[in-house]
Amino acid sequence: MAEHPERDEITGRYTTGHEWDGISELNTPLPKWWVWVFYISIGWSVLYTIAYPSWPVMSGFFGGATGWHARASLEDSLAEAREARSEWVTQIAARDVPAILEDNTLRSYAMRGGEVLFKENCAPCHQTGGAGAYGYPTLADDEWIWGGTPEAIVTTIQHGIRNDTDPDARSSEMYAFGEWELLTEEEIDQVAQYVYDLSHGEMNAGPGQDIFVAQCAACHSPDAQSPGGEGNKDLGGPPLNNRIFLYGGTKKDIAAQVYKPQLGVMPSWSGRLSDEDIKQLAVYVHSLGGGQ
Amino acid sequence: MSLIKHHKLIETNVFLLVLGIFVTVIIGGLVEIVPLFSIKSTIENVQGVRPYTPLEVAGRDIYVREGCYNCHSQMVRPFRDEIERYGHYSLAAESKFDHPFQWGSKRTGPDLARVGGKYSNEWHVRHLINPRAVVPESIMPGYPHLAQRPLAYDTIDANMRTLDLVDRFETYSQVDGAIENAVADLEAQATPDADTSALVARYSDFAFGPDRAEDQVTNMALGDLDGNPDVITEMDALVAYLQVLGTMVDFTAVDQTRKAEWIR
Repeated sequence: MAEHPERDEITGRYTTGHEWDGISELNTPLPKWWVWVFYISIGWSVLYTIAYPSWPVMSGFFGGATGWHARASLEDSLAEAREARSEWVTQIAARDVPAILEDNTLRSYAMRGGEVLFKENCAPCHQTGGAGAYGYPTLADDEWIWGGTPEAIVTTIQHGIRNDTDPDARSSEMYAFGEWELLTEEEIDQVAQYVYDLSHGEMNAGPGQDIFVAQCAACHSPDAQSPGGEGNKDLGGPPLNNRIFLYGGTKKDIAAQVYKPQLGVMPSWSGRLSDEDIKQLAVYVHSLGGGQ
Repeated sequence: MSLIKHHKLIETNVFLLVLGIFVTVIIGGLVEIVPLFSIKSTIENVQGVRPYTPLEVAGRDIYVREGCYNCHSQMVRPFRDEIERYGHYSLAAESKFDHPFQWGSKRTGPDLARVGGKYSNEWHVRHLINPRAVVPESIMPGYPHLAQRPLAYDTIDANMRTLDLVDRFETYSQVDGAIENAVADLEAQATPDADTSALVARYSDFAFGPDRAEDQVTNMALGDLDGNPDVITEMDALVAYLQVLGTMVDFTAVDQTRKAEWIR
């Protein structure tokens, strides 16, 4: 360039030579190291697009000189994980849950795996540690709606309850005794009182008990004629002779449930979790408190 | 100093400056536009993906309106830890009818790409009304108003026509009667015990082809989804959308040869 940069008198620094109405611009170049990092980055990005999948071409894309592929590399890391776990997972796959429960080492492995799976998949409804919530059964007690044996727990996890995605889902539908006008309001009041008393350990003969035997015992008692309400795991009728209620245990709650029941839904997990995962979960759930 | 000299050359020569701008814009344009030319060959060929039903479209609009994407991504990346938590990695095909896509880049909450079917409808409703009612440690805000507000769906067919226009795959033109029957389809999906055969057949035919087997039925949440059968609320629509996310492709049915094609 023809003109030499001038020095600014006040700061003693070079100017860029630009000058507007007597105001000139100081030359403050970027630090050398920064400029070099910038150039190296540009060079690096070019090498990167050569090494890895990048440029689109007529039919697809340029796969890169290294042949690296995100999905192939994933398969490798999954295979590595399978390999690392295979010692235990093959044993879990080969045995049923009762056999796993008997083997202490295998059981503690399954417990750890089940705990992690439970936190991600089950705790949103059943709460941490299976504490349960309104509408979601507690898994840490010994009351089971669909059975607390290892086999029953596995079946429940595999297929879920009342979902419309799995044809083998467990299913029971309590009648809406009030809404469908199967019982009058007076009768609902009587049977609700009977169930409330039952849950407090009193079995009172009377019209409430008669209605219970006629309408409720078929599902809520092991024997269709029994007024005891001990529950029926084959039909998914919960026991009513204790104070564990899914939708509240006051007389009002019970009457509301008789009038128009809320029916909980559990998703099917067999498509989402592997058989080995489900077995580990069953071991964990079985060990929470009341496995049978 | 050399940098400055060159810079002065560009700054004082208008043609060089225009040329420089032109080259820069071309490079940016190529990087952004050229991949779109090969999009049909880069999207996996996979069975089951279908456009959203009218109720799901309405739910998706609510998802966008409420800014769910600010905290939830919708893309399971191909890493081991993500696969083990969320399920199979997302395919490009699975969001090919999404305009705009909801991949997201920020996960304050969990990824939702495979949330469909993971929870019951009732859980979603309770969780959206007050997340802490079911997940005590949640920091998600509640959306109780969704259960109160009736869904405005009288323009849903126009909405779908717009999606058809912006889509490279002629989404709804290929789904027989989707736009004409949009309002009826929406009401059928959200009404308990309604006749949904036409709705299900329409979208199943698209997902699996008109020659599909009888049991090849596309997954969709049907009936009263929010616990209030009297009115179709925004909650119904949002739950319908959430319940279909990630459920269209049956990965157990995808064989290894097909998977190998994805790794080219």
